Amino acid sequence: MEILDYAFMQRALIAALIVGVTAPAIGIYLVQRRQALMGDGIGHVALTGVGLGFLLNASPVWMATAVAVLGSVVMELIRWYGRTRGDLALAMLFYGGMAGGVLLMNLSDAGSNANLGTYLFGSITTVSPQDMTTIYVLAALVLAITVGLRRQLFAVCLDEEFARVTGLPVRLLNLLVAVTAAVTVTVAMRVVGLLLVSALMVIPVAAAQQLSRSFAVTFAAAVGIGVVVTVAGTTTSYYVDVPSGATIVLFAIGLFAAFTALAAPLAKKRARAASEAGKGCTLEVPAGRVPADDVRV
Amino acid sequence: MKDRDQPAIADQPVIEDAPVMEDEPVIALRGATASLGARPVLRGVDLTVRPGEVVALLGANGSGKSTAVRSVIGQVPLTGGELSLFGTPFRRFGDWARIGYVPQRTTAAGGVPATVREVVTAGRLARTKLGILRRADRSAVHHALELVGMADRAKDSVNALSGGQHQRVLIARALAGEPDLLIMDEPMAGVDLASQEVLAAALREQVARGTTVLLVLHELGPLEPLIDRAVVLRDGCVVHDGPPPKAVGQHALPGHDHVHPHADASAEPLRTGLLS
Repeated sequence: MEILDYAFMQRALIAALIVGVTAPAIGIYLVQRRQALMGDGIGHVALTGVGLGFLLNASPVWMATAVAVLGSVVMELIRWYGRTRGDLALAMLFYGGMAGGVLLMNLSDAGSNANLGTYLFGSITTVSPQDMTTIYVLAALVLAITVGLRRQLFAVCLDEEFARVTGLPVRLLNLLVAVTAAVTVTVAMRVVGLLLVSALMVIPVAAAQQLSRSFAVTFAAAVGIGVVVTVAGTTTSYYVDVPSGATIVLFAIGLFAAFTALAAPLAKKRARAASEAGKGCTLEVPAGRVPADDVRV
Repeated sequence: MKDRDQPAIADQPVIEDAPVMEDEPVIALRGATASLGARPVLRGVDLTVRPGEVVALLGANGSGKSTAVRSVIGQVPLTGGELSLFGTPFRRFGDWARIGYVPQRTTAAGGVPATVREVVTAGRLARTKLGILRRADRSAVHHALELVGMADRAKDSVNALSGGQHQRVLIARALAGEPDLLIMDEPMAGVDLASQEVLAAALREQVARGTTVLLVLHELGPLEPLIDRAVVLRDGCVVHDGPPPKAVGQHALPGHDHVHPHADASAEPLRTGLLS
């Protein structure tokens, strides 16, 4: 395969693969907590970090990571203390982050509007060897947390109040989810761009849950779907000359649509299997415990 | 307290730190005050629950019964008064594995599909080290599912369950940790009669093992024979602490479903849903 002959394409494919694994891995907890759009908010805030990196001549990736982590911690704090109009505070943070990024980038000499585009929508073929080191380190961190602490994170994202009474360090775990999401955003920034990052956190999970009944299967399937769409999207963008980020997201939406179409017949089949197993209507008196309010006929 | 024989249950996993029947109260709440926003909800509540007791907290909507149990588990901060759990002042209490909690919920599901077993396993976290499941953990989860009659649904998605089955799953989740103290906030709300009886049987088995129970109820229903003591709240104050009030009239009929609307709260002095 000639695509693998180029070093930049090798890096692009590895980066795509890593994003395909990490984004759904943390995204599933955000979806579980019904905060599917949190990744989008962090992406907006991270742009200020990119602008700051250009202005201070620092690494945009590391600056974006720092600012995104800070932003996600602020979002978590807003969730704790400002329950009343938390949505408005979050809106301020999102748009402030976006506006700050654009402004700072224009103030710097190195950052141009063309540069801005690659961060907003991704530019996978410009991933440098230094970027790769950063991506490896951050991805290892994300995987260690999302897989290693899956039972704790599952409990906290399902029912915070119950998790607190179980004695779990709920605030710490919530912060960990927020920070991990922020790190994932900056890992994925080069591949799909800050505006499309959240799509890769949410859509594979949404597609996977069309066909699955358990959290574990949804997790594995979402990661599988993530890998398929990122690698397929990157390969397509090499041959057809289309932007990688947009291609990946559209592939993911295509898979979601296909899985949704498959879900209805599958549900019917499961219902039929259940009724064949003797759960259908019958006039026979059940053999086991008869409820006291059963009406005899 | 009622006389209870305590049968040894054969397949019951043995807990290392089994409850010692000391006379130290399991819950000791004294002069508790709490407010939600500017509104005082608890105005000097005394609540003592001794080991092995089954105490029902009754009262009208807004009487503070839910706030009272949520303050016991630290979910509502007390503005005054004292609380100790298992003889330890609340600030130093950390033995959460001894408490099983059933929050007031209508669903056990989150944003992602999860099986009944996955949800119930979350209740075992207090007893596992770093979330690693051992054989004893799996059997405790299975036993909890059997207690509420959901073992055959373990692999089903919680999204596919009825309201009563959701409540059974939430109770199994609390039982999975093999708690010494079970705290339940309206466990019978929206539960069909068949599920209510399954839950009453599960609770009877827990009580027979010596588990202490504090539960918020709207009315006693099928749990009535299990209740040792009822504490009735009105406007954040305890107005009755003693034997459970006897249900009379229409409420006493088996299968009475408490769905009719209440009269205005100020129209009658005491709205427990039991005496009306």
